[in-house]
Amino acid sequence: MPETGGVYVQAESEVAAINMLYGAAAAGVRAMTASSGPGISLMQEGISYMAGAELPCVIADITRGGPGLGNIAAEQSDYHQVVKGGGHGNYRTLVLAPHSVQEMADLTALAFDLADRYRNPVVLMADGFIGQMMEPVAFTQSATPPRLPSWAVAGTAATRNNLISSLHLDQDDLEGHNRDLQAKYKLAEQREARAEQWLTADAEIVLVGYGIVGRILKAVTAEARACGLKVGILRPISLYPFPVAQLERLALSARLFVVVEMSNGQMLEDVRLALNGARPVEFLNRMGGNVPSHDEVLRRVHELARREGIAHDTHASQSLREERMAHA
Amino acid sequence: MPDSSLAEYEVVRGKARSFYPRYERKEELQHQTHFCPGCGHGTIHKMVAAAIDELGVQDRSIMVGPVGCSVFTYYYFDVGNVQAAHGRAPAVATAIRRSRPHGIVISYQGDGDLSAIGSAEILHAANRGENITVIFVNNAIYSMTGGQAAPTTLLGQKSTTTPNGRSAAREGYPLHVSELLATLDAPVYIERVGLGDNRQIVQAARAIRRGIEYQVRGLGFSLIEVLSPCPTIWKMSPVDAQHWVRDVMEKTFPLGVFVDRAHDRLPAPPPSAAPTLADLPHLLGVADQDLPEGHAHALSGDLPVDLQVRIAGFGGQGVLLLGEVLAEAGLDAGLEVSWLPSYGPEMRSGTSNCHVRIARGAIDSPLVATPGVLVAMNEPSLRKFDLSVRPGGWVIYNGDEFPADCRRQGVRVLALPFTRLADAMGDKRAANMIMLGAVLEIAAILPRQSIGAALRRLVKNPRWVELDERAIARGRELLRQALAEG
Repeated sequence: MPETGGVYVQAESEVAAINMLYGAAAAGVRAMTASSGPGISLMQEGISYMAGAELPCVIADITRGGPGLGNIAAEQSDYHQVVKGGGHGNYRTLVLAPHSVQEMADLTALAFDLADRYRNPVVLMADGFIGQMMEPVAFTQSATPPRLPSWAVAGTAATRNNLISSLHLDQDDLEGHNRDLQAKYKLAEQREARAEQWLTADAEIVLVGYGIVGRILKAVTAEARACGLKVGILRPISLYPFPVAQLERLALSARLFVVVEMSNGQMLEDVRLALNGARPVEFLNRMGGNVPSHDEVLRRVHELARREGIAHDTHASQSLREERMAHA
Repeated sequence: MPDSSLAEYEVVRGKARSFYPRYERKEELQHQTHFCPGCGHGTIHKMVAAAIDELGVQDRSIMVGPVGCSVFTYYYFDVGNVQAAHGRAPAVATAIRRSRPHGIVISYQGDGDLSAIGSAEILHAANRGENITVIFVNNAIYSMTGGQAAPTTLLGQKSTTTPNGRSAAREGYPLHVSELLATLDAPVYIERVGLGDNRQIVQAARAIRRGIEYQVRGLGFSLIEVLSPCPTIWKMSPVDAQHWVRDVMEKTFPLGVFVDRAHDRLPAPPPSAAPTLADLPHLLGVADQDLPEGHAHALSGDLPVDLQVRIAGFGGQGVLLLGEVLAEAGLDAGLEVSWLPSYGPEMRSGTSNCHVRIARGAIDSPLVATPGVLVAMNEPSLRKFDLSVRPGGWVIYNGDEFPADCRRQGVRVLALPFTRLADAMGDKRAANMIMLGAVLEIAAILPRQSIGAALRRLVKNPRWVELDERAIARGRELLRQALAEG
């Protein structure tokens, strides 16, 4: 960082780290930190302060197993604390969930832009698999010149009158501030929901998963399609705002949704809220650092297809099989 | 006879420029602060504002106010203001000062804030020698919240949480923050002053000015602890409270300079100019000419490629490196690759495994559920993964003898004491590379130049590259022999 004109500080704790982000953002520079679940728990106070003071920052949460010390394997059990906001007060953080190393790079750049645009913390939430794997990556982003936001406190005559604070002692003042925040989140909900749809055009069964699960579902979908089952994937890229509209549209064509998660069903709640009873929602999960295997997801898809009377498209299956044979 | 210690004292009339002309905290009483009569904060605020004026740094100054009676600094100081969470002001100040090196950053904290909830942040900001000035207002109590005992509460002092007086046995002893921080090497200046009488007040003003001046000179971390009266919570008259600072508090918290290293300190060098945006890609190692060769030895043809390898062993056996060389070689050959590690927290002797996929098309899941090749560097790893190997696949096993109960129809095995073979070649740590040679012979898709390029990129020491190349060649040969022998 120093070589590139930046600053790197090894903080004594996550509590200090998030407050350093608070200070850096208050001074008007772009700042980020990274940790895993236990560290993010410690940062929640500061995240609430930053949301309250409307300060931009990027926080990477590479999730591990919990609760408590849990283990260092991958889980997705930080969903509630990150997506719903683990700190106090009526605030939200924008949350992006990469499923590849390329997306780690792309979404980190996007996270900084969103943080600036909404003056709000943005969390990049990836599981321990996505956080540790290596894949080729292309950096297509261009560098953003340093800027000084008009509201920052930068130790200059022009910024001397600025105040960064989350304190609003007057009830009406604080209610007004909260209403402004909610209006801002509403805007983000309208503009920033992102998801990848994979073979959903004719899908009767839609699998929903993010992060490493999204990758597993792609492998499962290929297998299921080879068996003639019309399976597709909705992979949320933004967890807040949640891609509600995309799910609502899919509910018009798909018959069944299957949520696959490495948690006790934390995103499941958002999928159910989005579908609001329009279609049945099934759930398959693993916890403790275990990953849903291709086979167990595929078996469940077949079981559900039989139960729901969803036919295997034998023609499609036949032609796919022939294509594979020809390939081999 | 005039008191010599008061010689420099000059009565200043009017309000410091670094204060706002009107205080909007109290709408109807805009000349007043929110502080109680006889409170030390008002005096200390004046000293800080006067020092900012005298040093001519009003525009550059940034006041960080935390939680407590000092929370409203931004109503009074006409400087940049940042309100911080309880105890966290030194962390906030650290980042402001480092982000804006021209700024003058003052962290203004009470004793409940600094010495209890913020004890970690102050200790580490001081130990890093952050170039900030901390004004530490010690009134031996939590005032704003109504008078609970603080770490600084005196022995025997009554508070709402020590109604019979602080007892060393129950609540421990008063925390001496200045003495504690004075044990550190980094701080440039630490002094405890008081507001107990006029002489003390004059010295307090000098100390505060010095602490800010040292920051302006770029010398490092300063903390000025000010023993300050709180008549309201102490339930005393302003005059009695002031005397109590001098006659009682000072016995527990002796005044004086604990550290002044200004003479030994050189000003921090000004930050070097930031590089231009055009230079950034190169500095970050992502400029085109810095990138791995990528596609350097691209495979011709369009035959499908889908190599799925699982490598497992103990930490320290080179499990992850084996996978990295394989993946890097795939990248060099212009293929899609993924490498995914899985290991325990131990640096040595924990279990370790990784998944490698190399394919011509996009890789859906980087998890290798049914490997075409399993590299098992010990027996536990073999037993953990042998059933996952797909029919027609291979197991490369590091051991004298392949356990009979692990043999399966349709899965081929190359079992050899690779560690001993590597030892004979010069270093047993090259066992992973002999096994990699066998994998490469099975996969037979990666150009030899790509393996060489990957090795040179990942294994920088030429001596090791040479040994590894020999080890890989040996592995290829051993697999060919095994195939020839059926």
